Amino acid sequence: MRLDRRQFDLLTLTIVLVLSTHVGHLPLWANLAAGLLVGGRWLQRSYRPGLGAMPVWLRLPLTLGLPVAVIAQFGTVLGLEPGSVLAIGMLVLKLGESEKVRDARAALTFAGFILMAALLFDQGLLGALHVAVAVGLVFLCLRELEIPPGERRGPLFGRELLGGARAIALSVAAAVPLTLLVFLFLPRLAQPLWGAPDNLDARTGVSEVMTPGQFQSLMIDDSPAFRVQFATGQPPPPQQRYWRGLVLNRFDGLNWTRTDSSSHRPVESNLQLLSAPLDYEVTMEPTQQRWLFPLDVPTAAPERFLRNVDLTLTGFRPIGAVQRFSMSSALEFRLAGLNPTQRQNALALPYGYNPRAQALGAQWREQYGDNAERIAAAAMKLFRDEFSYTLTPPPLGRNGMDDFIFETKAGYCEYFASAFAVLLRSAGVPTRVVVGYQGGFWNPTGEYLLVRQSDAHAWNEVWLGERGWVRMDPTAAVRPERVSLGSRAASGAETSWYRSEWLMTLRDRWDLVNQLWNEVVVQFDTLRQQGLLRQFGVAQADWNQLALAFAIGTSLLLAFALWWALRAGRDRQDLIDRAYAALCRRLQRAGVERAAHEGPAAYLQRLRAALPQSAAELEPLFADYIRLRYARRDADAAESRRFAQAARRFRPRRNSG
Amino acid sequence: MNAGAALRRRWQEVLALAERRLPALTRLRRAEPLPIRLDRRRIYVLPTLFGLVFGSMLVVMALGALNYNNNPALLLTCLMTATAFLSVLIGFRNLDGLSLRAVQAEPCYAGDLLDVALVFDPAGRRRETLCINMGAAASVIRGDADSLPRAQLQVPTQRRGYMTLPRIKVFTTWPYGLFRCWSWLNPQQQVLVFPRPEAAVSALPPQPQAADTGSVRMRGDEFGALREYRVSDPLRLIAWKASARHDRLLVRDPELPQNPERILDFDSLPQLDLEARIARLARWVLLAEEQRVRYTLRLPRQQLGPDLGSAHAYRCLRELALL
Repeated sequence: MRLDRRQFDLLTLTIVLVLSTHVGHLPLWANLAAGLLVGGRWLQRSYRPGLGAMPVWLRLPLTLGLPVAVIAQFGTVLGLEPGSVLAIGMLVLKLGESEKVRDARAALTFAGFILMAALLFDQGLLGALHVAVAVGLVFLCLRELEIPPGERRGPLFGRELLGGARAIALSVAAAVPLTLLVFLFLPRLAQPLWGAPDNLDARTGVSEVMTPGQFQSLMIDDSPAFRVQFATGQPPPPQQRYWRGLVLNRFDGLNWTRTDSSSHRPVESNLQLLSAPLDYEVTMEPTQQRWLFPLDVPTAAPERFLRNVDLTLTGFRPIGAVQRFSMSSALEFRLAGLNPTQRQNALALPYGYNPRAQALGAQWREQYGDNAERIAAAAMKLFRDEFSYTLTPPPLGRNGMDDFIFETKAGYCEYFASAFAVLLRSAGVPTRVVVGYQGGFWNPTGEYLLVRQSDAHAWNEVWLGERGWVRMDPTAAVRPERVSLGSRAASGAETSWYRSEWLMTLRDRWDLVNQLWNEVVVQFDTLRQQGLLRQFGVAQADWNQLALAFAIGTSLLLAFALWWALRAGRDRQDLIDRAYAALCRRLQRAGVERAAHEGPAAYLQRLRAALPQSAAELEPLFADYIRLRYARRDADAAESRRFAQAARRFRPRRNSG
Repeated sequence: MNAGAALRRRWQEVLALAERRLPALTRLRRAEPLPIRLDRRRIYVLPTLFGLVFGSMLVVMALGALNYNNNPALLLTCLMTATAFLSVLIGFRNLDGLSLRAVQAEPCYAGDLLDVALVFDPAGRRRETLCINMGAAASVIRGDADSLPRAQLQVPTQRRGYMTLPRIKVFTTWPYGLFRCWSWLNPQQQVLVFPRPEAAVSALPPQPQAADTGSVRMRGDEFGALREYRVSDPLRLIAWKASARHDRLLVRDPELPQNPERILDFDSLPQLDLEARIARLARWVLLAEEQRVRYTLRLPRQQLGPDLGSAHAYRCLRELALL
């Protein structure tokens, strides 16, 4: 059966919505090509329907060109991203040749698959809602395909579509309980069946290499990095919210990178906790990186993670999905122990770079001697007095730190941390750079701390002899608000409209919903599955118990659904019979009951004698009934309604009146 | 094309054989009186081919979602599966409670297509797309709760006499085309098929010589049909006596007396076999109706007429059909 205009329009609309779930991550050429092809096809079908499907001379090159283009872009057709581009291209081409109902069905089936792929890229709540709307449209389109072509009138967006949308919304909503049941009880795979998931839904966040200027895109990214819930229910004060990610020791004049020794286990005796550990849970967004961001110094590494000698945490596998970690940290501590190799690493500077900064460091060394604290204070004073904070610093040359310290004097955390380390190392004080996050927004409604990508930060740790490694934050010297009020306050006048206060409040509320979605849906796993039956007294359910619970739940739901389906509608007869039955009841009350065997003609005969005063009204009523019911031709709806109205209006007259 | 048609005919034959030999397997029911109401005992459900394809896509989706350990994708798959699965019930409800209320058919001549109208009662529920198949004929109905949807079908006929209609298949793939719910209806109703009139004959049998009833009638004015004079009437037709009595000009109607009745006698055609005789008689009946000639049909055990008109023709053709 050929698709009619309405069906085709709806199909196009559905496919456009399905494709739009992928727009965010597709390469530009793919977006443009898909838009052009879908739009062109729609125009052709609307204004030149006689041309039919896309001709072979157009379809064949496109079909062959698609994998070529994908390989040119990604180097392969395997993998999630190239695969999804390929699938989207196939869907667009399918629309090009969709002329019949079966083509449309094939396209819609495929669209379901593409919607699932969209969720692999973006698991967020907004993305999921987008996909949900598209799924509704897919079902609406399938329903539209079931309506025979002759039956449809009117434009696409009319009452009919509204009625259809209502029906779809109802039936999808009715499917929700069963959906949840299956979702909760479906066993999860312990190992992926194929290919390790890569680059999915990842924001790189803080990376292994720090280069001044690199954070720039990060600083304006308001997406969440992780969320933290504290056992005490209260977060530590803002000045103590330093989330240590990586310790960077090696400087090559441009980049700060890690040294290999950082993967050694720490010597326990070197770490001395000076305050009670703070327990908290971190819910990480996927980073595809292997490290965590504990608050200051973690007392132990979570499972599958190692605590390095610099007290950062490195995992065995990258964090590919939203994951939750229980951790415990000390906010006050003493980290001692610096062996000669480490000392050498913490002092190394590349030869031939930044001579002016090195000279200044050497000058301080002569001035203050061995007193590291005074040297650090001098550097802090320099920053505080002469430097300014900006998110758009001027570019730097080959001797970047010289340029920064003596010429531009404006930048943000990366610049300060880098310059501070260069100065102190030049003065012979072991110093390293730490990257991670600082601050976070406390959501009082949800009682959790939200740390955004824009909270990314870099600071230093300085070796102060007896006191061990001590945190020093040169950025705080330049712009104290950065630490006390967060990154948003620091950027000050540079705040653009979309980061204004009221909007941010709204976005924090929205983040609460997102957090709920993350917690309930995205992070659901085998462990929680086993806890499903806790309400029924089973602390950790095994598979048999889960299967039993699933069977019981499904049976109950299906029994209810079957009851709905089998429940007989009231046998309302039809309009004419109902009206006639009501008429007979009224006559019965007036004293003339219709005998079971009596047809309308015989009954009327009796009525004429029994109720002569009403006969004049009854005659046409009965004549109509006989005609409507027994005539060769079926009664049309208008006639039936007229008869029903007339029968309703009839009242038997009393003998006296 | 030809091979396809042959294959389809072959398939119909196999089906017919299966229906005769394996009534239980083909769900053939004994013919039932109207109205026939569909209920859960006689509604069957199976996935369509598209349903199977859609199902395998859902399996692939579930595998993908599980593999990537992606809960939102899994949730989407579950939602689509549950919606698709529950559409069985919507389809079932579309069929459940529906009843076949009447089978209406105008008789036709053997070999022609018989127009059959099936009148359904939606039992107070809106009925979405329902497909009605009867043999090779197909029709689609939809209707509101208050309507009486009619399915118009054309069934080929072969023989004269009462014909049992092929059994009726009612099915629906509503709402998404994933599942097909169907049921069989086998109403008791038989429809009448008239004999096929002989094609070549164009003349009525000659007037019977002995019984000159027409002239007898013409003698008395009271027996002749009289009507008012019209300007073009010939003078010889004026019934003068009657005109005198009624004070206006009356004429004898020329039609009746000039076409005395004919006798269509079954026994007058000994040279033909039974079917040929019936065909000849049927043609004569139609010719007589066409020429407005009163006629009597004489069959071996009964005689119909003399009379004229559609009711008489119907009676005659029915008797011929059932001979």
